[in-house]
Amino acid sequence: MNVLEVEDLRKHFPIRAGLLRREVGRVRAVDGVSFQIAAGETLALVGESGCGKTTVSRCILRAQRATSGAIRFAPEAGRVVDLASLPKRELRPLRRHMQMIFQDPYSSLNPRMMVGDIIAEPLKVNGVPAAERQARVLELLELVQMPPGARTRFPHAFSGGQRQRIGIARALALNPRLVVADEPVSALDVSVQAQIINLLLDLQDRLGLSMLFVAHDLSVVRHVSDRVAVMYVGRIVEVAPTDALYRTPRHPYTETLLAAVPAPDPARRGRRIAVTGEVADPAHPPPGCAFHPRCPHAVERCRTERPELTEAGAGRWVSCHRAAELDLMGVR
Amino acid sequence: MSATTIAALPDGAVAEARFAQATQLQLTWWRFRRHKLAMVSLVVVALFYSVAVFADFLATSDPHATDARRSFIPPQGIHLFDDSGFNPHVYGLRGVRDPRSFKLAYTPDPARKLPVRLFAQGYSYHLFGLFETDIHLLGLEGGARTDGIFLLGTDQLGRDLFSRMMVATRVSLSIGLAGVALSLLLGVLLGGISGLYGGWVDTLIQRVIEVLRSIPTIPLWMGLAAALPNTWSVTQVYLAITVIISLIGWTELARVVRGRFLSLREEDFVVAAELAGASQMRIIFRHMLPSFASHVIAAVSLALPAMIVSETSLSFLGLGLRPPAVSWGILLQDAQNIQVLSGAPWLLSAAVPVTLVILAFNFLGDGLRDAADPYG
Amino acid sequence: MVERTSLSIRDLAVQFESEQGVVRALDGVSFDLQAGRTLGIVGESGCGKSVTARSILRLVDRPGRITGGRILLDPGTPAQADLVALNPDSRQMRAVRGGRIGLIFQEPMTALSVHYTVGNQIMEAVLQHSGASPQEARARAIELLREVGIPRPELRLDSYPFELSGGLRQRVGIAMALAGDPDIVIADEPTTALDVTTQAQILALLRGLQERKRIALMLITHDMGVIAEMADDVAVMYLGRIVGFAPVMELFKAPRHPYTRALLRAVPSILAAPRQRLSTIGGAVPHPGLRPTGCAFHPRCTEALEGRCAREAPPPIPPGQAGASCFLAEAVA
Repeated sequence: MNVLEVEDLRKHFPIRAGLLRREVGRVRAVDGVSFQIAAGETLALVGESGCGKTTVSRCILRAQRATSGAIRFAPEAGRVVDLASLPKRELRPLRRHMQMIFQDPYSSLNPRMMVGDIIAEPLKVNGVPAAERQARVLELLELVQMPPGARTRFPHAFSGGQRQRIGIARALALNPRLVVADEPVSALDVSVQAQIINLLLDLQDRLGLSMLFVAHDLSVVRHVSDRVAVMYVGRIVEVAPTDALYRTPRHPYTETLLAAVPAPDPARRGRRIAVTGEVADPAHPPPGCAFHPRCPHAVERCRTERPELTEAGAGRWVSCHRAAELDLMGVR
Repeated sequence: MSATTIAALPDGAVAEARFAQATQLQLTWWRFRRHKLAMVSLVVVALFYSVAVFADFLATSDPHATDARRSFIPPQGIHLFDDSGFNPHVYGLRGVRDPRSFKLAYTPDPARKLPVRLFAQGYSYHLFGLFETDIHLLGLEGGARTDGIFLLGTDQLGRDLFSRMMVATRVSLSIGLAGVALSLLLGVLLGGISGLYGGWVDTLIQRVIEVLRSIPTIPLWMGLAAALPNTWSVTQVYLAITVIISLIGWTELARVVRGRFLSLREEDFVVAAELAGASQMRIIFRHMLPSFASHVIAAVSLALPAMIVSETSLSFLGLGLRPPAVSWGILLQDAQNIQVLSGAPWLLSAAVPVTLVILAFNFLGDGLRDAADPYG
Repeated sequence: MVERTSLSIRDLAVQFESEQGVVRALDGVSFDLQAGRTLGIVGESGCGKSVTARSILRLVDRPGRITGGRILLDPGTPAQADLVALNPDSRQMRAVRGGRIGLIFQEPMTALSVHYTVGNQIMEAVLQHSGASPQEARARAIELLREVGIPRPELRLDSYPFELSGGLRQRVGIAMALAGDPDIVIADEPTTALDVTTQAQILALLRGLQERKRIALMLITHDMGVIAEMADDVAVMYLGRIVGFAPVMELFKAPRHPYTRALLRAVPSILAAPRQRLSTIGGAVPHPGLRPTGCAFHPRCTEALEGRCAREAPPPIPPGQAGASCFLAEAVA
């Protein structure tokens, strides 16, 4: 059963100019994105800055309204709502079922509130009685491996890693069906990053979390996700189970991304393919396949015809004209 | 909660319990305390406001009582000792006819010692506007009607400048406060609406602010003040002047509030509250307002001196309060005439409290602003 | 091949004084930079890696100050100069900055003004460090932009920094750092703000430039991957000290300091197995003002010797030698 089904999601930002603020163009930040997240599954959405991964997550949480498309969400078994078209009034009671873990552990906690109140806030606004709240806060602190005494302290008393734990506790307070994690470890020190990655792995096992994990760091993604969707200029270019994607990428962009990650092993130095060019501008994406100007395998067809995301083996989808014939290099 | 538990936290916590459990207010205070100049300024401002509260008690003689015989008496010190030991006293006045102009001039006469007493009786007034009393901090024992303690000398009409300054402090400082209160109300309301709703409402309010700020203030005030009917009572004029000076003052506060609203709306913790399903009202009052209250307080303490200067300039130009009201501006009005001033330079002393209080407020505001955000 | 030593740092100490007390940001740091070699400096927040860079360029601002040690330019030659002895605002120091030692920033916008074109700023830097005429400076600026791989440099010369993408801006930043033709370059997290494909390009560019110009490169980063990719030698820093130093192969294969070992195990890897857990280091890096006694790492160290590590600080590593500042490493050696 799927917790979330995103279908042909689009988010266009108008570019306005002149005195009358007329629309002179559109930034196609998200341009036809579809994917599903099954119950208990973690899907990673990866890509470089400006690829639209953050916009997708904001549309799902309705921090922004999608231009078109459907976001079917199952808050409870047997009930499905379309978040893209739901009126604002009906949205609020649904909020509790989808929560977010933020990137910046400093700005995501209200400095004026005690940690206990921060974690209890979602419970409070959703009408959980005070006595129950108290017990739940203690339970949550234990879950994220924080001492109960943290309750009466203010966020400034904690390090980045501890703050991130508090943020995770808050996100889990209402037992959400879906957790959106936006780069949850990228602001942390290496040693602390490992602690939080392990915590997320624990929580996935213990609570069976369904998670959309938005990230740019492919190493982190390999540790925590079940499947990976790679985005490039507003579209998904490849979706695959994690291990398969890393070992045998099918899209040249995936291959490029994997090759660009410096592995922490000096013996592998120099075993990288050259990466050329820059990420395309989503306001003026190239015709055909958006990746063709940087693609070492591009042919004439790639310059004119846009490839669709098509099935390529078990659980794998790729949007490349030459997916079947290319033998691309993964990491091993 | 002891310090040892913190050390046992999985990430190894940063600091001691006192810091960990300190509220926002405490952190701000700790930071503010390190700002020495601001601390001194806080004391200065506090002193000024206590003067404002106890103005009549501190006054040595009736600030409105005129007496042509004692006009332009230079400042008189209190003599603490005489031949018999400690005996604070001032000299009485003696009329001397100027041999050239044949004008009768009153000068201190060392032969007449008038003892100064603490908590002496003088003119009657209402303390805090409630209790009628005639006790003053300093007063004379005996002496003629012309005699008095003239710490800062007298003006042309023979009114004691020190006493007038005490009362003026009350008027000038309170008009600043009232002006700021009104500005704050307008600023928070309009700035809040502007920042919260955005769109055309925001555009409209911002354009209004820009237009208001583009009008040169002095001519605007002159126009408005000139429109006040001559027949209005002192209180009416006082209120009208408050409104006039806050007309410009609110724009700056509105900008601060709007700016904070806009930046806070993007803060992750506000987004988190929204995602938790908190209502708009709860987000504003529980999460946003506490976060910028300190910034507003700092902005207010920086706006106050501007208000005080406005009132002073208006009254100085004869457009603000009108006698018999007493404010720093009105006291300085007497110092407009160079010829008068050359004979009685002490009339300029009203400029001292103006400068002092403006500086103090500015330093205080700077200190508050720096301390307002303990998180950098 | 023995390379010429361009810069020797010896026992460098930097302190920051505040109301809360004295923070020892650097506490006896020694290393050498050699022409044509890359020294990678790696560490977590607060380890002092950026302060080291700023100290070398004498850019440490109050309340921080250098309290000890030497920074020797061209050590052992008649031209040897101790930068610590120079006034930070002196003419000599200004000539060293940019002329001998170039600096590449994490965010190139901090080094570039938004009000001038890229060409203007590079030409300015060229003129500052040479007696070139404006025409020559322009030609040199175009050459520099070409060198850092900017396509059509003649046109790019007239762009403003904000018109460029992050990757191009960093290339311009590198061109700026090279404008005075320095033989030492300090790169402070040069790719941290960049996307992974852009990072790969910038790293390749740095490596190429370094090899071609025989630059002594000091590369500061928190990313073990970048270190593995770029460095010849690696210094691992923790709370203001170098705790481990080794040639890159040795450091990754046989790390001698427990911190280095733990750090390497904690790095998420692109080669990981599905859902693979990481080994972690307990706790967090303490605030530099709350440095633990003895070996600063002992509260987080799983191998700490009872009694000794908490009381006694292990001796620093002799400069130029592979080693670890740890009693355990001593025992093994």
